[in-house]
Amino acid sequence: MSVVVLIAAAVALLAAVAVVRSPVPVRSVLALVLNLVALAVLFIALNAEFMGLVQIIVYAGAVMVMFLFVVSLLGARREAIERETSLLAGQEPLGVAAGGLLLIALVLGMLRQALPEPQAVYDGFGTVRAFGASLFYDHVFALQLAALLLLVAVVGVVVLIARRDPGR
Amino acid sequence: MPGMAVQGYLVLSAVLFVIGLVGVLVRRSPLVTLMSIELMWGAAALLFLTFSRLWAAMDGHVFTFMIVAVGAAEAAVGLALIVLIFRSRDKADVDDVRALRG
Repeated sequence: MSVVVLIAAAVALLAAVAVVRSPVPVRSVLALVLNLVALAVLFIALNAEFMGLVQIIVYAGAVMVMFLFVVSLLGARREAIERETSLLAGQEPLGVAAGGLLLIALVLGMLRQALPEPQAVYDGFGTVRAFGASLFYDHVFALQLAALLLLVAVVGVVVLIARRDPGR
Repeated sequence: MPGMAVQGYLVLSAVLFVIGLVGVLVRRSPLVTLMSIELMWGAAALLFLTFSRLWAAMDGHVFTFMIVAVGAAEAAVGLALIVLIFRSRDKADVDDVRALRG
């Protein structure tokens, strides 16, 4: 199990770097799919079978297909769509420096924290049954908020895209 | 799962989050910016599931479910905005989107 976890962690890291570094958007999308699948492996290793499957089906499946669709709609020319140089001088080194500072702060904060030993999971932890019980007994309001959020998002997308432009 | 493994998950989550943050700060393609935000969602989800496993509680799973829902909604709206920006011009760089500037 530990070897699988290590490989998945390495794949997730390399794919994340590839997402950021790739100049062609299609490769970024494919690297992001790889990253999400590796994350799903880690989720399953953390006894979260249902969330791992949701990650693969909803994220690596549906959302990434939406990304690929937009990329092929817009950026099929296989070239970078951004400017050669930034309008803000020194954007790259400043951004990397800010990220490095945050990484140092996060890692120091996490490693200094004394964590207890992981508790033993009960039978059925992370399955659909346990997830559904938690969602529908303890967190019904969150579920309803999620439903409202998705409805607002869909209506918002339709309003944005289907706007009739009187000038055309 | 020994104690060190939890720290490993935490550090991995932090590194993934920072990679996504650097992507948002450095890249100027709106598509890559959106994908970097998805990277940060994934890092947060990994953190929630790690602590959910640590305490053997299902609440982190519900929050990860919320992350998936919010991420899907955010991707839909963001991609719609990118399509709208691309409609009016050939290149899309976040530096060029200054229509809201006064």
